[in-house]
Amino acid sequence: MSGRTIIELEAVRKTYATGSLSVEALRGIDVTISEGEYVAVIGPSGSGKSTLMHILGCLDVPTEGRYELAGRDVSHLDEGALARIRNQEIGFVFQQFNLLPSLTALRNVALPLAYAGVHGDERTRRARQALDRVGLSDRADHRPGELSGGQQQRVAVARALVTEPSMILADEPTGNLDSVSSADVLQLFRDLHDSGRTIVLITHEPEVARQADRVLAIYDGAIRDRQPEGIAR
Amino acid sequence: MNWLETLRTAIDAVRSHRLRSMLTMLGIVIGISSVVLTVGLGLGAQDEVRKQIDALGSNLLIVSPGSSTNSSGVRGGFGSASTLTLEDASAIADRTVAPDVAQVAPTTSTSTALTAGTTNWTTRLVGTTTNWPSVRSRTLASGRWFTDKEAAAGANVVVLGSEAASELFSLGSPVGQTVTVGGTALTVIGVLDKSGATSDDSNEDDLAVVPVTTAQRLTGSTSTAVSSVYVEARSADVLSAAYQEVNAALLTSHDVTSAEADFSIATQDALLDTANSTNRTMTILLAGIAAISLLVGGIGVMNIMLVSVTERVREIGLRKALGATPSAIRRQFLIEASLLGVAGGIVGSLIGVVGALVLPSMIDQPVSISAPAIALALLVALGLGVGFGVYPASRAARLTPIDALRSE
Repeated sequence: MSGRTIIELEAVRKTYATGSLSVEALRGIDVTISEGEYVAVIGPSGSGKSTLMHILGCLDVPTEGRYELAGRDVSHLDEGALARIRNQEIGFVFQQFNLLPSLTALRNVALPLAYAGVHGDERTRRARQALDRVGLSDRADHRPGELSGGQQQRVAVARALVTEPSMILADEPTGNLDSVSSADVLQLFRDLHDSGRTIVLITHEPEVARQADRVLAIYDGAIRDRQPEGIAR
Repeated sequence: MNWLETLRTAIDAVRSHRLRSMLTMLGIVIGISSVVLTVGLGLGAQDEVRKQIDALGSNLLIVSPGSSTNSSGVRGGFGSASTLTLEDASAIADRTVAPDVAQVAPTTSTSTALTAGTTNWTTRLVGTTTNWPSVRSRTLASGRWFTDKEAAAGANVVVLGSEAASELFSLGSPVGQTVTVGGTALTVIGVLDKSGATSDDSNEDDLAVVPVTTAQRLTGSTSTAVSSVYVEARSADVLSAAYQEVNAALLTSHDVTSAEADFSIATQDALLDTANSTNRTMTILLAGIAAISLLVGGIGVMNIMLVSVTERVREIGLRKALGATPSAIRRQFLIEASLLGVAGGIVGSLIGVVGALVLPSMIDQPVSISAPAIALALLVALGLGVGFGVYPASRAARLTPIDALRSE
């Protein structure tokens, strides 16, 4: 299912300077991900996988190198432009779910649409559709506190889907879930992948990474072991 | 994210921290309500003074005699000389001399004992002309005013002020009764309405008004000197023109230069200014204290907003990850701060208005409710919210999404 290229990283480096000390978190990363791929990035803590996720998610910009997302060079954009890219091209799923506790599930899901400037009724309609997609349309008016961990994560996935982004970027999505909910969420990713979504999953658990079609292993800021691209499932 | 949506977000945030929001607003509430009250007190006092001075008549000039200097060189102060006469009054009343003057009422004033039956009362005996009630905007409660004929003849008639009337005739109507002044019996033909103007030196309700010729006869005075001349200008617009004309006419008839003028002319505005200047000082002082409390309230808003930004670092990070631009975050926190300011302003104004309604009965001071002052107070409250919200809001906007998301 390899279509056009969605993500292209070319010799990406990231250096953090703290006082006189500078730490090189990424030492030249080259990655290409095509539309519809399901890719896992695996690595132990301190390997640079979080930094890679930040750069992939346009939460940070590389110190050196080029990053092209959906055909657009995003390596040198300012905060405002990055915010719009995140809004339109990327759907985030976090380990901590990161739902706003004062809002209902529906309004949490609708939040990215609000920042995209989508208007009231249309926003509600699309948010309901996304909740329906993750099988939680009957929980639309519940607040996160009234939902189980697995349900909260599914609301978060709905929120990531709602803007129809180029890629879903999940950072340790099962890290806070029990095994049943984990399997549940991973199945959801599998379903989304089957329906043509591009998914990048960051994890430190090999069994989670095995769910993906392709695994990028990262150690000490570089990709070590790379499976062939476009692997058949 | 549009403004309405941002406002909704801000309302949610304010409501989800109810106690904290209320305590934050408290500073603004106290500040705004004290501003509304102090301004109300100041304006109330000014209204009171204006009412008293307006009660003297409208578009009024008051001419008083100048000071006298006795043989040993002691100067007596304004009003002590007898330089102002009935002739001066008729000179001013001349259309060709002073075209902007509508009416002139010269008055003499002496303290006299009045007797009615077994009761006696010492009051101010005012001798004047028939147009006095119209110049001084006075009306009669009962009876009638003396006629031109009675004035010319120096008839033995008297119109009593309401207070003098009630002192002398505690029962029944005074009209038609007789009062005696130094052995001369005067018929009471009318009683004045209350004027409402009271000051320590002249109670406008405690007096007895007679024709000026009658007054001269009663006091045994042969001079035509008067204690003041009330001049009514045609309208408020020509008041200063009338002032110039009266001044010029008197200078000519007294044959003096303006430097040696033996009279003084006061306008209502001049009287008002003098009376208000102390009031104003007091109001400025109180308003200053209120402004300081507003400032403290504003700093309170800033404090809480800074705490709120620190506490909501994760929320800010999430919103940024979902596509909130720095300006959208700044706007959200600015609106939240303004909301606290405006809500504090509204509650403060309400308390101020309630205070303005309740306070007069407790402290015997009029407090006026001024719509412009309340509008201004609300604007100031909004300004405080925005002004003291800018710093916390830009702190929130500057947070990077990674740092914000990372913090636990």
